[in-house]
Amino acid sequence: MTSPSRTPEGGRIDRATTVESTFDGQTLTGHPGDTLASALLASGRHQVATSIKLGRPRGIAAAWAEDPGGLVQIEEPFPEPMLLATTVELHDGLAAHGLPGQGRLADVPDSARYDAVHHHVDVLVVGAGPAGLAAALTAARSGARVALVDEQSEAGGSLLSGTDRLDGVPALQWVAAAVAELAGSPEVLHLQRTTAFGSYDDGFVLALERRTDHLGAAAPRHVSRQRVWRIRARSTVVATGAHERPVVFADNDRPGIMLAGAARTFLHRYGVLAGREAVVFTTNDSAYDAALDLHRAGVRVQAVVDARPEGSPRRREECEHAGIRVLSGAVVTGTRGVERVTHALVAPFADGEVGAGSAIACDLLLVSGGWNPAVHLFSQARGRLRYDEDLGAFVPGEDLDGLAVAGSAAGVSDLAGCLADGQRVARAALTAVAIAPAGEDRLPAAPEPVVPAAPLVLWRVPDTSGAEGSTSFVDLQRDATVADIARAVGAGLRSIEHVKRYTTIGTAHDQGKTSGVLTSGITAELLGIPVQDTGTTTFRPPYTPVAFAALAGRDRGRLFDPERVTALHEWHVAEGAVLEDVGQWKRPRYYPQPGEDMEAAVLRECAAARTGVGILDGSTLGKIDVQGHDAAVLLDLLYTNLMSSLKVGSVRYGVMCGVDGMVIDDGTVLRLAEDRFLVLTTTGGAAKILDWMEEWLQTEWPELRVHCTSVTEQWVTLPVVGPRSRDVVAAVFPQVDVSAEAFPFMTWRDTTLDGVPVRLARISFSGELAFEVYVNPWYALAVWQRLLEAGRPYGITPYGTETMHVLRAEKGYPIIGQDTDGTVTPHDLGMAWAVSKKKPDFIGKRSFTRPANSDPLRKQLVGLLPVDRRTVLPEGSQIVEFLADGRLPPPPVPMLGHVTSSYRSAALARPFALALVRGGRSRIGDTVHVPVDGTLVPVEVTGSVLVDPEGARRDG
Amino acid sequence: MQLIPCPWCGPREEVEFSYGGQAHVPYPDDPGTLSDEEWAHYVFFRDNPKGRFAERWNHAAGCRRWFTAIRDTVTYRFERVHRLDDPEPVSP
Repeated sequence: MTSPSRTPEGGRIDRATTVESTFDGQTLTGHPGDTLASALLASGRHQVATSIKLGRPRGIAAAWAEDPGGLVQIEEPFPEPMLLATTVELHDGLAAHGLPGQGRLADVPDSARYDAVHHHVDVLVVGAGPAGLAAALTAARSGARVALVDEQSEAGGSLLSGTDRLDGVPALQWVAAAVAELAGSPEVLHLQRTTAFGSYDDGFVLALERRTDHLGAAAPRHVSRQRVWRIRARSTVVATGAHERPVVFADNDRPGIMLAGAARTFLHRYGVLAGREAVVFTTNDSAYDAALDLHRAGVRVQAVVDARPEGSPRRREECEHAGIRVLSGAVVTGTRGVERVTHALVAPFADGEVGAGSAIACDLLLVSGGWNPAVHLFSQARGRLRYDEDLGAFVPGEDLDGLAVAGSAAGVSDLAGCLADGQRVARAALTAVAIAPAGEDRLPAAPEPVVPAAPLVLWRVPDTSGAEGSTSFVDLQRDATVADIARAVGAGLRSIEHVKRYTTIGTAHDQGKTSGVLTSGITAELLGIPVQDTGTTTFRPPYTPVAFAALAGRDRGRLFDPERVTALHEWHVAEGAVLEDVGQWKRPRYYPQPGEDMEAAVLRECAAARTGVGILDGSTLGKIDVQGHDAAVLLDLLYTNLMSSLKVGSVRYGVMCGVDGMVIDDGTVLRLAEDRFLVLTTTGGAAKILDWMEEWLQTEWPELRVHCTSVTEQWVTLPVVGPRSRDVVAAVFPQVDVSAEAFPFMTWRDTTLDGVPVRLARISFSGELAFEVYVNPWYALAVWQRLLEAGRPYGITPYGTETMHVLRAEKGYPIIGQDTDGTVTPHDLGMAWAVSKKKPDFIGKRSFTRPANSDPLRKQLVGLLPVDRRTVLPEGSQIVEFLADGRLPPPPVPMLGHVTSSYRSAALARPFALALVRGGRSRIGDTVHVPVDGTLVPVEVTGSVLVDPEGARRDG
Repeated sequence: MQLIPCPWCGPREEVEFSYGGQAHVPYPDDPGTLSDEEWAHYVFFRDNPKGRFAERWNHAAGCRRWFTAIRDTVTYRFERVHRLDDPEPVSP
């Protein structure tokens, strides 16, 4: 594409350099400083895409993020959907195409880096237009710590789009001087291409910096593509400008119809004529600037159509002087054209009535219905908005602590006023945080503002086309029209939030930047109520779309969540262990031998532990060192059973409950000294139980002299399990008398191995004779290998968590959180023996006597044996019972409970399960049914201990 | 993201804190003497006021200390915080 619509000179583009991209497969050239939109317009192209529902041609309707029309998909350098042609900077190699409303996510991994920076300032200024720059200078001159962020590629804001002069020279010279001054201020951070997209509590603002997007393939690989700035500001000045608002009329969506201010931006900033023959439709004076500027640049301005009965006498005179026809008291009622507007239909307009009209040929129709202050950040910070009758817009309606709005974002419309407002608000912001503004703080001299003729607030032109508002578009992105709003109101909706959701207006990716206030106005008109009663929908972050990749930053892939590995992890991996995630831990699940699947491996591992010897890496068990004069008192209060009577050298199993009497954790406790215990928790409960202890110590019993310290990672735990475990431990620790008499079950002994301290404990989570070996992780591998070596004659078999689960389930040992769910008491688990009757109190005790907790029909833990000796019941399966006649009860069939654990047992030579069953212990011996894959499997209810109920093996 | 003033560490981001519900609900001196209803009130019942509320907070990802705060449940503002050993009056 050539650039027939490029002006011969002017604009902020680097005309000496040409960049080449493609759009819809065609070459598109432009210059550094162009956006994709300005390059397309320079090539004479307005249409970018077709609309999402109706397939109507749509084009570029604005010059920046408020554009509801020009959606594109980027293909190169990296696929990215749903960007706006107006905000994509042109660069070599950019490849894009228009999008009918929905994009396509990249199907290749994003190799770019994204990161985040925390930044703290006294004053944050958002927006580097006249008000923002004035505010930033005032703040910087005071010596305060300042951040200035602006979403455009360069500073200047609205000054980039016009011909304003300050101090008698082009205003952009003042902008350059201001930027240079800020750059020379050591306490100032100034970021362009950085959008403040969310404003939150206590001066917290999130901003997205696009660091390399504009460089294309030239982007340095070591620089993150985008960066989220997490800024905490004592004071925030919001100087985000205003968005021009369209007026709604029939067929107002054709390519070539654009906001008046946008055409000025394309002209002055990008050196692009948005058309050859223009009609300007306005309700206010600001659009006359566009008409006159375009006229001077060579555009044939066919007419200015001013909806105000008297128009603007001063502006009319300027136009007539330039030879531009002004039609006051007239409106655009519709348009013609398909891929581009060809005619504006213009008609007289008085007292809300439209007269007979005529068509004016044009290829560009500029529209201005006034300006909406960009109050998004103010509103996100829960600032209340006020409807301003004169502006026909919502403006900040209150002062917020730590956040103030300046310039046109606050409804100020002239340059001098914006500069002064920026300075005033910055001074107030400084004073609020006890920083004295500098004495010398001069503002540039702006031309004396001319009082404009009062604007007319006009939301929509009555539809005379016969389409009854169905082609009068309010939200172009959603193809939502005046007819849709009328339908919503007709359906009885009154709240603007309901109208939004009914019509989907404002829910597309621009979030209603041009359509939101229009919807409020039109809804109010249809309801016959004041606009302030309608209000606006809630502004929520983000102001403009932010890629999830940017929000994720470095926290993805391996850095998403910490991985915890035990000291033996590399050995497990080298041995081919299949790992499973247990919280953040990586644990071996089983160790398959060649040709084995999990079932075969687990049956082999279980058989080894039950008939020979197995070994487990149990290091992830939570371990808490509880020390102090009152350590035993604390444990007596937290455990259901008595811990103070435990002898030094002994071990006791204990259960902890919440105040509601429900089990929260279990494990063994080793008494190391009169005033010291080692508390073992479940792997998942380690952090929670430490917190639980701290909470009670700090909030209820601060008088107890106890310290609790996590030592989970200071000890590895290696259970050696099985009938031959004594032989193995005896071989590795010959100085320890491991006989049952000298070293009975539930005791521990300290010893050494080559000078290294080792603790041995007779604890069994398998029901087998077992010794747990505790050692500093540094020596874990050496001790593990000694144990393996000593166990070789007995076929010692490393086993993983799956076998551990089978072994414990065969013994009816519950896993807290798997066999329990926060509604299960120790009694429900058949552990009344673990609940002290001697202790006057402990956490949960009082709840056990609540009627609900003594109900014999509570769900209780039992074993289930499928009668067919084949079916492995899926965990989570429901349990039902037949009526006396052998049939199911009529639906809804009562559920008796559910399967909590289910495995194949080598010891039993059949599958088995644990389950929570209503009145379960009274059903032992009964047959109930479990639906599996559409058939009802009969199962026998048994006690929960299926292997060695007498405990002879473990005590051996 | 709100800043919460930890009485030990100063203002920190809210993600560092965990919430502990209504403050000044002490563990009963002798739960065994309470009726089921009284005990149920201790275990299950908490106030849910609109406005000022005395709450327990824990600086979980910081000093790990519990403290008490008077917070407005409408504005989320922390009116004041104090350490558990602070003799400050406790009712809002």
